[in-house]
Amino acid sequence: MSNAVIADKPRSTLRGARLPKWAPYAIAAGSLAVGIGISLAAGLHSNIQWGLIAAVLFVVGTYVIAARVEGPRQAKDRIATSLVWVAFLLAVIPLVSLVWSTISRGVKVLDIYFLTHSMGLIADSEPGGGIYHAIIGSLEQVGLATVIAAPIGVLTAIYLVEYGRGNLARAVTFFVDVMTGIPSIVAGLFILSIMLMFEMQPFGFAGSMALAILMMPVVVRSTEEMLKLVPNELREASLALGVPKWRTILKVVLPTSLGGITTGIMLAVARIAGETAPVLLLVWGNSLINSNPFEGAQQSLPLYIYQQYANSAGSGAAYDRAWAASLTLIAFVMILNLVARGIARWKAPKTGR
Amino acid sequence: MAKRIDVSGLTAYYGSHKAIDDISMTVEPRSVTAFIGPSGCGKSTFLRTLNRMHEVTPGGRVEGKVLLDDEDLYGHGIDPVSVRREVGMVFQRPNPFPTMSIFDNVAAGLRLNGSYKKSELADVVEKSLKGANLWNEVKDRLNKPGSGLSGGQQQRLCIARAIAVEPNVLLMDEPCSALDPISTLAIEDLIGELKERFTIVIVTHNMQQAARVSDRTAFFNLSAVGQPGKLIEIDETERIFSNPSVQATEDYISGRFG
Ligand SMILES: Nc1ncnc2c1ncn2[C@@H]1O[C@H](COP(=O)(O)OP(=O)(O)OP(=O)(O)O)[C@@H](O)[C@H]1O
Ligand SMILES: [Mg+2]
Repeated sequence: MSNAVIADKPRSTLRGARLPKWAPYAIAAGSLAVGIGISLAAGLHSNIQWGLIAAVLFVVGTYVIAARVEGPRQAKDRIATSLVWVAFLLAVIPLVSLVWSTISRGVKVLDIYFLTHSMGLIADSEPGGGIYHAIIGSLEQVGLATVIAAPIGVLTAIYLVEYGRGNLARAVTFFVDVMTGIPSIVAGLFILSIMLMFEMQPFGFAGSMALAILMMPVVVRSTEEMLKLVPNELREASLALGVPKWRTILKVVLPTSLGGITTGIMLAVARIAGETAPVLLLVWGNSLINSNPFEGAQQSLPLYIYQQYANSAGSGAAYDRAWAASLTLIAFVMILNLVARGIARWKAPKTGR
Repeated sequence: MAKRIDVSGLTAYYGSHKAIDDISMTVEPRSVTAFIGPSGCGKSTFLRTLNRMHEVTPGGRVEGKVLLDDEDLYGHGIDPVSVRREVGMVFQRPNPFPTMSIFDNVAAGLRLNGSYKKSELADVVEKSLKGANLWNEVKDRLNKPGSGLSGGQQQRLCIARAIAVEPNVLLMDEPCSALDPISTLAIEDLIGELKERFTIVIVTHNMQQAARVSDRTAFFNLSAVGQPGKLIEIDETERIFSNPSVQATEDYISGRFG
């Protein structure tokens, strides 16, 4: 009797038919081939069209095949996975192509000479010249903006999280929200109106102030989130040791969240490093080196890129310089991000044994 | 220097919610006093009023008197920060500072208060870790992060941190509730040693633990959910567990509660 059961070997209820590991790749390759085939047959020339056809084929094909072989529940699982993959590819393609075109066009004129010379007396349509003056300007303007915005932003966040109660805190939160929504050109106009009141000429620091206005709410928001992540138990542990509140914040809360706060500041810096509008209004641009941010027009990288395109009447040399400057800007932001990650990892609360 | 605590007419609020009502008791120096009672009856709240941690909670408010050797903790001009230096606290969940090493965790109280001599620091750390029965386990890795210890070790680290500042009173809120029986035993032994030097108040849900470690036991109760908690009685632990004077205490201890 029991032998018969064993001989019968009823199918395990835990194990169903599975598609092999390579199935998704095969389906992807198949749908790509079919997508290209359809496009050729129909005479479609756009890359986007066959790409989209292939994507749709991939999702539908996965579902149909999985439904036949594995059953409806696994098919739903697979369709979700394939949708995520398609979305991922759709998101990555523009990014990769942006990085690719910037690098391939940017490296043409990017060399030490380019990084260490200004435009001097070279007209925008001629070849030669460099971005030294723009790098100096960008570093100074962004640096000063950070020096203003980061401490104010962090202190505001500390107030909101650690001390803020009642109406004042609510008002501050509200204004930070409003500030987050200020378009960069409006921040520029605001500073410009003040400059006009005092009849001042454009200078680098004016741009820094506008950038600081843009940066501050971002710093406040990210720092706030980081401080909220610090467990209350740590604050109480410190307070219960008889440590005053301000020292608790300084020595326990801030160190615990330092990594996250730095990352937030770096991301805010990266965001304002590419701002063009307020710089155009307040700093004007300058083809000569001016390393004094408090007097006279300065250059900045995003503004340089814009001016190379706008003022050169289609000269290839100017376009090359614009791309090289873009590549420099992206590299600058990337380096900042890497530094932020490094600091975050280095300062993260340690868990190892 | 252990100190006596005299509480009279203490009422604590969270905003408009009255959590404990009109509590009076005396906690003897150099002894262990255990608080028992059902969940939500305000044991933690009461404990936190004893070192002015209650007011750290938004909306936390206290009425009444807590005398620490004749000085009212809630008196005019008393600095809560100084109170907390005299009345230390160990929490239910071990909470070592994650950015600090084992050494720095124990030294934290002294360092953060800015009141220490550099040369003495290492001695104090060693003494406190020995006092918390942790020295042998960590003496080779004092520079490793405190969060890398096991839960029981972390709790003893927190005790070492609390006794490093030499408080007069040590409050412990369910210090063993997250620990295994062996770590629990280690901490109970430790409490027995610590009571030579400190006044100890411990909250526990474990009747046997209260019976084992405490000299006096206080039973708290609340008449209904949402009602403030009240002190039902406080007496010698032996009497509470053998022959309490209130029926509710006996019911609770023998498990006939509710
Ligand atoms: N932060 C808070 N805000 C508002 N009410 C609170 C807060 N903490 C505690 N309470 C309330 O105060 C009362 C007493 O809580 P408490 O934590 O002191 O109880 P407990 O006796 O320690 O309970 P347990 O044994 O579960 O730890 C409860 O009704 C609780 O809801
Ligand atoms: Mg409690």
